[in-house]
Amino acid sequence: MISATLSAPINTALRRVPSWAVYLAGLIPLAWVVWLTLTGGIGVDPVKAIEHRLGKIALWFLIGGLAITPARRFLGINLIKYRRAIGLLAFFYVALHLIAWVVLDMGMLWAQAAADLIKRPYLFFGITAFVLLIPLAVTSNNASIRKLGKNWRRIHMLVYPAVALGVIHYLWQMKVISSEGWLWLGVFIALMAIRFRSFRW
Amino acid sequence: FASIDAKPSKFSTDAKPNTLKEITSYNNFYEFGWDKSDPAQYAGQLVTDPWSIEIDGMVDKPGSYPLDDILKPVTLEQRIYRFRCVEAWSMVVPWIGFELSSLLNRVGVQPSAKYVAFQTLYRPEQMPGQKQGGIDWPYVEGLRIDEAMNPLTILATGLYDEEMPNQNGAPIRLIVPWKYGFKSIKSIVKISLTDKQPPTTWNQLQPREYGFYANVNPKVDHPRWSQATERRVGAGLFAGRQETLMFNGYGDEVAQLYKGMDLAKYY
Repeated sequence: MISATLSAPINTALRRVPSWAVYLAGLIPLAWVVWLTLTGGIGVDPVKAIEHRLGKIALWFLIGGLAITPARRFLGINLIKYRRAIGLLAFFYVALHLIAWVVLDMGMLWAQAAADLIKRPYLFFGITAFVLLIPLAVTSNNASIRKLGKNWRRIHMLVYPAVALGVIHYLWQMKVISSEGWLWLGVFIALMAIRFRSFRW
Repeated sequence: FASIDAKPSKFSTDAKPNTLKEITSYNNFYEFGWDKSDPAQYAGQLVTDPWSIEIDGMVDKPGSYPLDDILKPVTLEQRIYRFRCVEAWSMVVPWIGFELSSLLNRVGVQPSAKYVAFQTLYRPEQMPGQKQGGIDWPYVEGLRIDEAMNPLTILATGLYDEEMPNQNGAPIRLIVPWKYGFKSIKSIVKISLTDKQPPTTWNQLQPREYGFYANVNPKVDHPRWSQATERRVGAGLFAGRQETLMFNGYGDEVAQLYKGMDLAKYY
């Protein structure tokens, strides 16, 4: 843990940031993609670029959400207040990534898209991750937490398999796995390792 | 660049070519990096002059041929070809080049030769992607001799009316328009005539996904995606997909090469 002299002022500063500001800031990457698309800066293949950028942004938020507990435990930095915002933003970008695939990439060829989803493991993993995240998004509100009690925590354990499938989906679609791909896998495994190790402590 | 005067060809498609910007900024040339924008960014450092091609194996006149000598007797043609990547995107590219058969005939292919093997330059100090793992460099490709002799198969030295941009495989590359793009090997330094099917880079890497033949075939899927349709790069955000044609639409010229072959097995 970093010393309290460092974490305390950080936490004090963080307490002043309302969570709506996190939601707003979370839309900046989307605004950036829209800006690049409108100005032509997205490149000569906007379809793939939009689809891949949205997927990558979703991965940032998914991994970011998983980093919140370890950040508190090991660095003493408390971001718990923003976890819902990070999680919902992750779901939002996963959904946009899926819409970009169906509408822009597949051109709404529903039959081919559906056949691909079943036949191609990396697509199946991706859509499964999305489906697993739906109950998490739906129950990300105070009413659900009150109503579900202990079960709320159990449901939200689904985030681990969902992100695992998402990371595999990301690596599997590459022709040759890039060093960036291995890096994301490494970060995910490291986050999982410290999390499940700390359960035994 | 001085503009190149190239003859039109009956093999050209009348489809509208992609823009020079599209063709030169969206490339798979892993020698310069994994990303499609990497070649445009890093290929500028590649030195392509002097350049020679070593031609060896079952030929009457083996040797190291300077590029100028190879190009001196040829008449350059413009070939506007459909280009279909195995990743299910496509472009239309106005190549400038000459038929591979004319070069092979000049060096004298011996009757025992059944295949042509090609090799890309290996020069990691100018091709930073070659310092990374993942692919066993140098890149190699190959064709059956009748495929190599087909009039559609060209060695290209330019596109539009310019010399070949580095990121597209300068100074000389293969174009086999009825096959997936990875067969069209770039920056060639070696051509070998052989009686055995030569190893090819993507096939060695993922034999289940990339075959030796790699003919464009909408009925034989890549294990990870369908090949039934393709996205035309440059068609616009909401253009959707178009149907992929057997042999990329070049069936009249090449279908007879594969008569009697099970193309699901020899993919």
